Amino acid sequence: MIPVAFTYKRAGSVSEALELAAEHGDDAKFLAGGHSLLPLMKLRLAAPEVIIDLTGLRDLSYVTDQGSHIAIGALTRHHDVEHSDVLRREVPLLAHAASQVGDPQIRHRGTIGGSIAHADPASDLPATLLTLDATLVAQGSDGSREIPVGEFFQSLFETALEPDEMLTEIRVPKPAAAGAWSFQKFTQRAIDWAIVGCAVQDGRIGLVNMGGTPLRATAAEAALSDGAAPADAAAHAAEGTSAADDIRATRAYREHLARVLVSRALTEARSRV
Amino acid sequence: MKVDLTVNGKDVTADVEDRMLLVHFLRDVANLTATNVGCDTTSCGACTVLLDGESVKSCTVLAAQASGHEVTTLEGLASDGEMHPVQRAFHQEHGLQCGFCTPGMVMAIVSMLKENPHPTEEQVRQGLEGNLCRCTGYHNIVRAALAAADEEKVTA
Repeated sequence: MIPVAFTYKRAGSVSEALELAAEHGDDAKFLAGGHSLLPLMKLRLAAPEVIIDLTGLRDLSYVTDQGSHIAIGALTRHHDVEHSDVLRREVPLLAHAASQVGDPQIRHRGTIGGSIAHADPASDLPATLLTLDATLVAQGSDGSREIPVGEFFQSLFETALEPDEMLTEIRVPKPAAAGAWSFQKFTQRAIDWAIVGCAVQDGRIGLVNMGGTPLRATAAEAALSDGAAPADAAAHAAEGTSAADDIRATRAYREHLARVLVSRALTEARSRV
Repeated sequence: MKVDLTVNGKDVTADVEDRMLLVHFLRDVANLTATNVGCDTTSCGACTVLLDGESVKSCTVLAAQASGHEVTTLEGLASDGEMHPVQRAFHQEHGLQCGFCTPGMVMAIVSMLKENPHPTEEQVRQGLEGNLCRCTGYHNIVRAALAAADEEKVTA
């Protein structure tokens, strides 16, 4: 499969990437690791006229401890998130979730920022960052702004980023109880997208693939904070969701999976305290 | 556009379409046909090569992205007529049936052993989650990976 013809541009710096984006507008797409965008282009579900390759921006690949939060450069690869000593110590949920993305080859290329900006609700990291209450930093020609992750995902593949903005950093507050986390993912084969997944940390519950965006299981969270046991809180996990009916699973089956996986996750997180 | 890659230690320069995939560059421009196109959807791993020493699926990388970088294919593993330890282990353990997945399996294992020189069987199986063998000959492939790890340990 061959993508529709496009013009390839390689950005040497953030400012050059932003200039190229401003010049080409809606016709252009940023390419980070390329492991979401290129498959879509090969299927001709996406056909940008200009590709702005960001892989050369090595200064956007970092994980640093900033005291109250961990700062992660948008072009940090899943492999490097998975193996970061800082994240394994301070936010083990995120290091583990990164290890569950795709397979080793994909994790050698795919980036955390690319995954977030792509905003596929079936991806592992958007729901994980929602669970971690992260803040996203976007850079535009007029400077940078912070976007709370809860306001970032707007609909399927749609985010709060403006066409001339680029995601540059992910800030993850250190969890109150870093060790009490869980990540659950139900797939047909090891490398598949989650049919349903969930992440748990500090009483927050994030859902993978239960709607057009990653979601918080707010009804289950409320029950939990009212003192409900894990299984009782998890009974509310599918409330307010809008899971798809598709070839892999019916909506009812996804709702069932959400309740089962959230129950397992809450139980596991509690056992790790 | 002009791309300039180092493939198996040799400089390969060519004028190609911006949309050319790395796997097509390797097969059709560099004339290195060990790297197979299997699923063409980032699933099967038959097209696995090393990009700057790490395994990647070359059906999901543009030749343009690899320009200025080093690519190693199966053809680049042997040196001075001596097979690479992973190749030797596949031979000894009969780690193949039809052979179609083999180049990708070998390259994935070379990359895996570089990151984790002494994996457990479980780690080998996890590490090969991105490579499919439709003959389902996984047992001998896993044995080959473990044998290569042992051999590298002895020679290290």
